[in-house]
Amino acid sequence: MANMMNLVQNETLKVWKKRRFAVVVLILLILIPVFVYAQMKIAQNSAEKFKGDWRSELQNRITDNTRALGSDRIPEEWKKWRRALVQQLQYYLDHDINPQSPNAVTFTRGFMDNAVTMFIPLMVLAIASDLVSGERSSGTIKMLLTRPVRRWRILLSKLVTLTLYVSFIIVATVVLCYLISGLVFGYRGWGEPVFVGFQVSGANVNTSTVHAIPQALYVLMQAGLAWFASMVVAILALMVSVLVRSTAASFVTMMAAIIAGAILTNMASSWNSAKYLFNVNLELTTYLQGTPPPIEGMTLGFSLAVLAVWAAAGLAVSFAFFTKQDILN
Amino acid sequence: MNGQGKSNETVLSVQGIKKKIGRKEIIKGVSFEVRAGEIFGFLGPNGSGKTTTIRMLVDLIKPTEGRILVCDQDVNRNPELALGHVGCIVENPEMYGYLTGWENLEHFARMQEGITRERITEVVEIVGMDKRIHDKVKTYSLGMRQRLGIAQALLGNPRLLILDEPTNGLDPLGIKELREFIRKLADRGMSLFISSHLLSEIQLMCDRVAIIARGEVIAVGDVDDLVSQADTYTVWQLDKPEEGRVMLASDPEVKMVGDTEHQIDESLLTGMPDAIITVMEQEHIPRRVQDFVQAGIGVRSVQRVAPSLEELFLRLTEGERIG
Repeated sequence: MANMMNLVQNETLKVWKKRRFAVVVLILLILIPVFVYAQMKIAQNSAEKFKGDWRSELQNRITDNTRALGSDRIPEEWKKWRRALVQQLQYYLDHDINPQSPNAVTFTRGFMDNAVTMFIPLMVLAIASDLVSGERSSGTIKMLLTRPVRRWRILLSKLVTLTLYVSFIIVATVVLCYLISGLVFGYRGWGEPVFVGFQVSGANVNTSTVHAIPQALYVLMQAGLAWFASMVVAILALMVSVLVRSTAASFVTMMAAIIAGAILTNMASSWNSAKYLFNVNLELTTYLQGTPPPIEGMTLGFSLAVLAVWAAAGLAVSFAFFTKQDILN
Repeated sequence: MNGQGKSNETVLSVQGIKKKIGRKEIIKGVSFEVRAGEIFGFLGPNGSGKTTTIRMLVDLIKPTEGRILVCDQDVNRNPELALGHVGCIVENPEMYGYLTGWENLEHFARMQEGITRERITEVVEIVGMDKRIHDKVKTYSLGMRQRLGIAQALLGNPRLLILDEPTNGLDPLGIKELREFIRKLADRGMSLFISSHLLSEIQLMCDRVAIIARGEVIAVGDVDDLVSQADTYTVWQLDKPEEGRVMLASDPEVKMVGDTEHQIDESLLTGMPDAIITVMEQEHIPRRVQDFVQAGIGVRSVQRVAPSLEELFLRLTEGERIG
């Protein structure tokens, strides 16, 4: 009986030696500079448009909002939101930060928001889709499963390895984003305030719980949510990889599911029960921003629960099939 | 390793296994036993259920009925105990091409307790691969992959080594080496289970054999006993074939075999024009040769041709053709 650590070591080594993670890092190294350049162009354009003194502009906005706070005609929850806004503007002024000019941390934040639905899942699939079907198409599964180790332990070692690599991917994305964009935008911005706590109920946004948190914490929360969404994608990809013999078929199946989710999300669906599909729930970071969810009734808690149920079902199917299936060729 | 060679201890016991896939019964009842230190052949034509049976032996396929015991451990219920005694290569020796030979061995060594670095070095030496072991497996030839596969199978010092068509793709010299190697392992007390679709190969290598056809074992026994059940052909080449044929046909102790009745490999016969195929006792050959010489017929060659698997099948199944 081999212990679990050895099995995980085996699986980690195989993914590493197959250069799967190297490919992921390479893709990041090529794509991030592209987006940094695009962001730089946007910043230059807006700097030309607003040639005026940004400090006096900020001061004006603070004065306007403080005046509005004194007014009786504005409802109480709106006042909370304005108070938070004033706090944020004051922070910019105190720390001599131009809110229009991006820094490495705001870039990272924006990148993560956009990457969580397609880009990160794609990188996760590069590793997950191959994990079992790769062994089957190469025939090595015959060697792997005829060793004195129970099958569920082998699949568990693959799952642990997958968890490790998903974590590496998230960390690599954040770190590379920060390091590369910092070259252009500067490495500041961890302490900048960001608003969180928006509650969307129906057509209204409840702003009574809105407050500012440091951007560092915000990025950490984003990374956590992105990790959760990626793990669900990874587990479902592992399941497909168990069920389908070819790596290509398993990759395409999962990619189709994820793209379908993105399309459904954009259709602002009137099909209410679509919210129980895993692929429309992947955009977890939007809940932090306070933009309305794609389908009414979706909240952060709801999405997390739906994803957790899908993942649990995926695991159950994976283990049931993997431990029982006949290896016919 | 007990070092004493053969004993009566049973290492592998297959008890009435059956396998249904969908509605089709692919294996309809296979039973046999393999004893310690013997080389056991598993003979059958392609599509007879050989590979399915082997896959069941190593827990890749679960039988629908029956059980398989390795050293008294049930392969399906306690694979982690039973498979510890087994080393195997199922079909081709597929290893990870992007790892080196050494990394592959380390990989499989981690899956079983008690395999040290020294043991890995040892098996590399046994199969004679020390020079190329740190190269990537994708650069290996088929013969080298075969060796690496055997090294992997030997890692855990198994009691039973299962090799599925091990001579596939090897050149004649490689086959000879493999045969000697297999004999050496058996002499050290290891049991070997070797599948093949070639009777000659089994004859050369094995002590006992099970013959499988259409998902059923049709005979189990000593190789020599089984082979003797089929006729050995005596093939004559004479300088006056027509007269010789008449002479042979008139002898009651010689049975003539027509061109369409025999099961001799065509490739063997193309090098022998005007061959006359007969079945007769070996001790009658000298007298026949004398007769021919007296009648002025020159004998160019007399050959004994061992029966093929097909011939043996015809005997065992009373004339039913395979497949």
